[in-house]
Parts: sequence; C-alpha cells; structure tokens
Amino acid sequence: MLPGMTQTTSPGGTGHSGPAAAPAGADALIRLEHVNKHFGDFHALKDIDLAVPRGQVAIVLGPSGSGKSTLCRTINRLETIDDDGGRILIGGVPLPAEGRALARLRADVGMVFQSFNLFAHKSVLENVTLGPIRVKGKPKAEAERHAMELLDRVGVAHQAKKMPAQLSGGQQQRVAIARALAMEPEALLFDEPTSALDPEMVQEVLDVMVGLAREGMTMVVVTHEMGFARKAGDRVIFMADGEILEDTDPESFFTNPQHERARDFLGKILVH
Amino acid sequence: MESLSTLMEQYGTQVPAAFWTNIRLALLATLGSFALGVLLALCRISPVASLRALGTGYVHVVRNTPLTILMLLGVLAVWGQLKITFAPDFHLNFFIYAVIALSLYHAAFMCEAIRSGVNTVPLGQAEAARAIGLGFLPAARLVILPQALRGAITPLGNTVIALTKNTTVAAAASVAEASGLMKTMIEFRPDVMVAIFLTFAIGFCLIVIPIGLLTTWASDKWAVAR
Repeated sequence: MLPGMTQTTSPGGTGHSGPAAAPAGADALIRLEHVNKHFGDFHALKDIDLAVPRGQVAIVLGPSGSGKSTLCRTINRLETIDDDGGRILIGGVPLPAEGRALARLRADVGMVFQSFNLFAHKSVLENVTLGPIRVKGKPKAEAERHAMELLDRVGVAHQAKKMPAQLSGGQQQRVAIARALAMEPEALLFDEPTSALDPEMVQEVLDVMVGLAREGMTMVVVTHEMGFARKAGDRVIFMADGEILEDTDPESFFTNPQHERARDFLGKILVH
Repeated sequence: MESLSTLMEQYGTQVPAAFWTNIRLALLATLGSFALGVLLALCRISPVASLRALGTGYVHVVRNTPLTILMLLGVLAVWGQLKITFAPDFHLNFFIYAVIALSLYHAAFMCEAIRSGVNTVPLGQAEAARAIGLGFLPAARLVILPQALRGAITPLGNTVIALTKNTTVAAAASVAEASGLMKTMIEFRPDVMVAIFLTFAIGFCLIVIPIGLLTTWASDKWAVAR
C-alpha cells in the first residue's frame, strides 16, 4: 500500500473530500478540484475531487454510464470540463484551455484508448516515432532506436514494418502503449484498454500493464479486469452516476465494499 | 465524304489546339481549386469558430453561384471595370481569368469532397494525435488529411471531371477553347453539323474517361486499411 491512502470511504458518497485527496498533498501528479462536466442536461461528472500521487496505480471501476471514461478523458482534456471554477492540475500546473501549452502538457500524460486508435496510414514504427519526432523534435534515428526498444519491450518489435491493420487487436494495443511511452510521459491513462479485445488477447496487454505498474509508472486505469485491479492496483475508485462513491485499496474494496451500489456492481461482475 | 475531308482541311489543326487549351485550363484549375479546397476544408474543421464560418460561407455562396456568372464577373467587372490585368497579352490575360474563376468555383466542391473524406477518418485518430501532443495543424497535416484525401479520391475525381467539362465555360471569357471552336465550325459548316458535334463529344470523352479510370484505380490502391 502506498502512503496517502486510507481504507475507509465517506458513506455519504458525495465525493467532495475523497480520503486520498487530502493526505496526497501538493505533490500529487494528477489533481482534480471540483471538476464538473455536463453533456447537455446530463451531469456526467459531479464535483469530482481526486489526487493521484506519483507512482500510484489508480483503478477506476463503475457501471457503464458512471462517468469513469469521461473522468479519464478530462485528465488530458480530450473532454473539456464545465467552466465553473473546477480545475485539473498536472504536476501542480493547471491544464490550459487550448493551444500550444495544452499540447505540451498533453504529451506529459499518455493515453491508451479502448479502440487502440493507431494511425491507420502509418507503419507500427512510424506510429511510435511520430510524436517524438514531430512534438519533441528528436532526430529520426534516435527516435527509431528508442521506438524499437519500446516495441521490443511490449513484444512486437518484429512487426515494426507492418501496418496496424495487419496486427491482431492485442498487438495493436501493445503498440499503442509503446506509442504512449515513446513520449516519456509522467503518467499514463488507460480507457478500457482490453474491452475491445478477444478474450485470448487480454492477458498479453495486461502483462505489459502489470510490468509498467511494477516499474512505478503513475497510471489511471478504467477497466473491468478485476484480476488486474487486485494484482496491480494500489487504489480503487468506484464511480456511479458521475460521483466517486468509494476510494480505497483493492483488497478492502473487493472484500468489504461500503456502498450499496458497489456491492451491487461487484455482485453482477463477480457472480460468474 | 468529300465535305468531311474539306472540314478536316479547314479545321484539322485547330481542333487539337483548342482541346489543348481545355486540358491546360483543367490542369491549372485542378491545382488551384485543390489548394484552395484544402484550405477551406481546414477552415471548416478548425476549432476556430470564425474560420469555420468563413469556410461555410464561402462554400455556400460560391457553390450556389453559376460558373458563367463568376466568369462574366471576372472579365466584365474585375477586368472591364476595375481594369485589373494579369498579363499584357490579351489572350493570356483572359486565360488567367478563366483559370481563376474555375479554381474559385471548384474549390467549393473540392472542399466538400475533402470534408466527406474527413468524415471517413474515425474520431479516435484525431484524439490519438492530440494525446501525443500534436496541435490542430500538425494533427491535420500528419494524421487527418493524409487519410481523408485517400478516402476522398472518388468524390475528388468527380470534381475534377466536372471541372474538366466546365472548362468550356471559359468561352464566356473569350478563351479560344473547344466549345468556342465548335460553335464557329457549326456556323460555317452546318452541312456536317452532326459530325462536328460527335468530334467534340468524343474529344471530351477521351479526356474525361481516363480521369474516371484513374480515380477508380487510385481509390482502390490507396484505400486506408482499418
């Protein structure tokens, strides 16, 4: 267990003062303060406060429509947040609204998508080198050398010259992780990284993610993989209806969920 | 038969020359309208509201104005009244006017063809580009447009075909091109009118059919596998 984590959760489930928020202190790598998000009339995120310290693996669980993907996407501003005083800080710096400064900060937080989103017209290697060359200004040779190391680490180095469509889903997702790592991010966001995969390919992606967690990468992972949550997670954040209802360590969450909605959720997914 | 051979004697060299003018108009206006069309498409997908309004406004105004009116606006108002001249040579000046009018007009259609291509690119591609820190223009240039253009080859080809045939409107700007020559030939040789019509119809088919074949071949070859 990491310092700055508490076992209990506020039974009221307002999410206002998430127990991990206060002790995590000012050195939290990712911090959300009073974040609200509306899609039209739909209140997708309700006054979210969250602090993720450096090195923590935070698992975000919740039923569909609970706001967990939206939460993940707001952290690097793929979704805007309501302009009502809420803010998101990365390494203590508030996320700028748009423009160059935002683009720079985005590169500090890598994103892995449910649908991989590899650039379809570029080879595997080019997918990984595009950001380092075009955003970080790395020389091509150096970017390619680093990319090959990363592809080797995720086990797809021998596919470097292929196009994404020639790879299996599991291979594509591992390339997507390598692409995110190539930017040398301080944190990685995973938005249901295994939900679009055939069952036999889930493990190869989770193995890579477990490896990253062990190396101390700060990760926010939206997932339904309970095994992964227990194995690699430092913390479980349970969301429903746009609120954080529980914020605790995985063991406590799975063995002793405090909130009715969490018990209901676990009952539905663990019954098989 | 004899009347046809005298027709050939009279106009045999003029016909290819006139078609060559149409081909040059088509090539230059394709380049011009494509460049402007890309800019307009970028405006229409940009995050800046005023640029989007500019792109939308241009497309709606220009697309709904007949090309003949644009052509006449050029030679009568801009040249005739405002005396804006692009070249000292009378014919070259009007040729340039025709290229500009064709480019401005077809840019609206190029823009919409490219936009249809942008719609073939999944939203996730743009999100992935933003997630690695690319801004709007680099993301558009490196990720969105290369895929969008490959997905837009068929509608772009259709626009080039329409443009090629619309080069005949340059006759309104006194450019000596194929349809103008046809009118002259019919005026002086109404006895072989059908043969003259067929000559020009076949001439345009010979130019346009390869564009269609090329389009089909290219859209297969460069399709983005997903």
